[in-house]
Amino acid sequence: MTAPLLVFGWGNLSRGDDALGPMFIRHLRAQVRAQVRAQVRARSGDAGAHRVEFLEDYQLQVEHALDLAGRERVLFVDASVDCAAPFEATVLQPARDSGVTTHAMSPAAVMQVFRDVHHAEPPPCTLLAIRGETFELGEPPGESALANLGLAVGWGVRWVGGPP
Amino acid sequence: MTFNLETAAAPKGLRRVAIDPVTRVEGHGKVTILLDEQNRVKQVRLHIVEFRGFEKFIEGRPYWEVPVMVQRLCGICPVSHHLAASKAMDQVLGARPVTPSAEKIRRLMHYGQIMQSHALHFFYLASPDLLFGFDSDLNLRNIIGVAQAHPEIARKGVLLRKFGQEVIRVTAGKRVHGTGSVPGGMNKHVSRADRDALARDVPQMLEWAQDAVKLVRQLHAQNAALYDRFASVRANMMSLVRADGAMDLYDGVLRARDARGGIIFDGASDQSYLDLIEEEVRPWTYMKFPHLRSLGRDKGWYRVGPLARVQNCDFIPSPLAEAERREFVAWGKGAPVHATLAYHWARMVEMLHTVEVIGALLDDPGILDGDLMAGGERQSEGVGVIEAPRGTLIHHYRVDANDLVTMCNLIVATTHNNQAMNEAVRAVAREYLDGNELTEGLLNRIEVAIRAFDPCLSCATHALGQMPLDVTLLGPDGELIDHVLKSHRGEMVRNLDAPAGLPG
Repeated sequence: MTAPLLVFGWGNLSRGDDALGPMFIRHLRAQVRAQVRAQVRARSGDAGAHRVEFLEDYQLQVEHALDLAGRERVLFVDASVDCAAPFEATVLQPARDSGVTTHAMSPAAVMQVFRDVHHAEPPPCTLLAIRGETFELGEPPGESALANLGLAVGWGVRWVGGPP
Repeated sequence: MTFNLETAAAPKGLRRVAIDPVTRVEGHGKVTILLDEQNRVKQVRLHIVEFRGFEKFIEGRPYWEVPVMVQRLCGICPVSHHLAASKAMDQVLGARPVTPSAEKIRRLMHYGQIMQSHALHFFYLASPDLLFGFDSDLNLRNIIGVAQAHPEIARKGVLLRKFGQEVIRVTAGKRVHGTGSVPGGMNKHVSRADRDALARDVPQMLEWAQDAVKLVRQLHAQNAALYDRFASVRANMMSLVRADGAMDLYDGVLRARDARGGIIFDGASDQSYLDLIEEEVRPWTYMKFPHLRSLGRDKGWYRVGPLARVQNCDFIPSPLAEAERREFVAWGKGAPVHATLAYHWARMVEMLHTVEVIGALLDDPGILDGDLMAGGERQSEGVGVIEAPRGTLIHHYRVDANDLVTMCNLIVATTHNNQAMNEAVRAVAREYLDGNELTEGLLNRIEVAIRAFDPCLSCATHALGQMPLDVTLLGPDGELIDHVLKSHRGEMVRNLDAPAGLPG
């Protein structure tokens, strides 16, 4: 059964703040699971862990359009040099890309591929852009990026618990 | 001595055009063009920066970590790095050959990798140019345009790539950062359930792969003059081949042919690559220029990848792809095909071959059972060579007595193709750039030539908010004449006030 919510983070763990996307996935997944365990202990019913699927990858690609199928809502998460700190959340619309290499896609283009492959509108998608500063090979994420990540994960918890 | 159009005789006073992808990490690729007062092209250079520092990143790490770590080099072909590093470390462990089961599972993983990468390249990146032409409406020239005009093509492309990704997942263990291949062999078999699920889809994938070859063959036939001439560059060719001359993308001996198809060397051990290839540094770019030692820098440069492999082998050991290879070779009328756009045709012949190989391996019980690990006498050094989607990939390591890597040298396909890509871009500039105003059509012709190689411009990273192209036109005294920004969505904006792209 397809989970109604998808959280998809991407980035390279070996490139400084580029790791923010996959790190967000790991932190948010841990928090959601912890909430589920707490609610099970309190016998407060279905905490909804099965309602969320977490995926991570290096880059967005065309086949990720298939991961959007059957979702109620989708959250894309990436590091960004363009957004204001600590993060920005933007509602996405399908759009096209243009480039010289196969090595990257935008989330809006993934939505457009969904539209054209499935001949239907993609589910509502939001981009969570987390401010990053340095992207050097072999470097860990910077302190300011990690602080931004912490705030973004808090926002992510609310997104998961929000109305569909 | 320098190559024609590589360095202008008198660069002072020439106008400079820079086509510059802007990423947040570092300059991954840029084209600079110098024009004289009559707008004649005097210098064209493709600058590529990649892998700077990655070799140092690997040095000092335990050898068993390396096949996993190197996957962080590239989000498109991590499996190629995973397997090339594994093959090099097999040498270090003395595990040559690995067990039959391990080799079959690795081959399955690798051919799945080539298949998904070729599908992505053709359907997502190249088919819009090929189907609609270089001057077509920008809104058509992307996969969305393809999907609107040819809805089934887009769907087939996505599902072909998805199938290749599934092959990787069931062999490497995970969709990302697979750990299936280890120094000395593999750590898991393919499950029967996974095998059965993949096998069910093979007939459909074969049909779609055949359709793709047929489509690109028809495109060549419909506009032979353009396809044969555009960015055509005569070059030597190098690849692995099987000992009997068959195409082999996973393992074999090194073979090189000259531009007329004659053998330069054959049957060379991949362990002796340094005896065959020399890497040259040039002052204007970080990327090295490899050449064949026996021919020297001026005559020894070569191309790798599908266009080289399909013509370097004597035959393809699968019937459908071999029939298509013969059609391809016949197109050259007895001479090698050097047209840059023929990369797409060769790439689809290879994709068909990979599906045939995947089908055969899925029928082989050796992927379900059998010994997975081999061993032998420990060595201090190992070389792993594999044919990655874009061409020959070389990993070379030295490992000390404490099992730590002390030396790492990587030569990736984009580096092998450095001179060939530069020559292709120069051919386009010579033919089409006539000092006119920078137009989307002109930019796209240069991009079309680069796209045929699909260089790893952004390996090991990606960019949210990137601007793929930043084009500046400077006057003789360095004054800004024109500045065009092209967004990743293909929108062109003239903005003389915006800061220009990367320096250099």
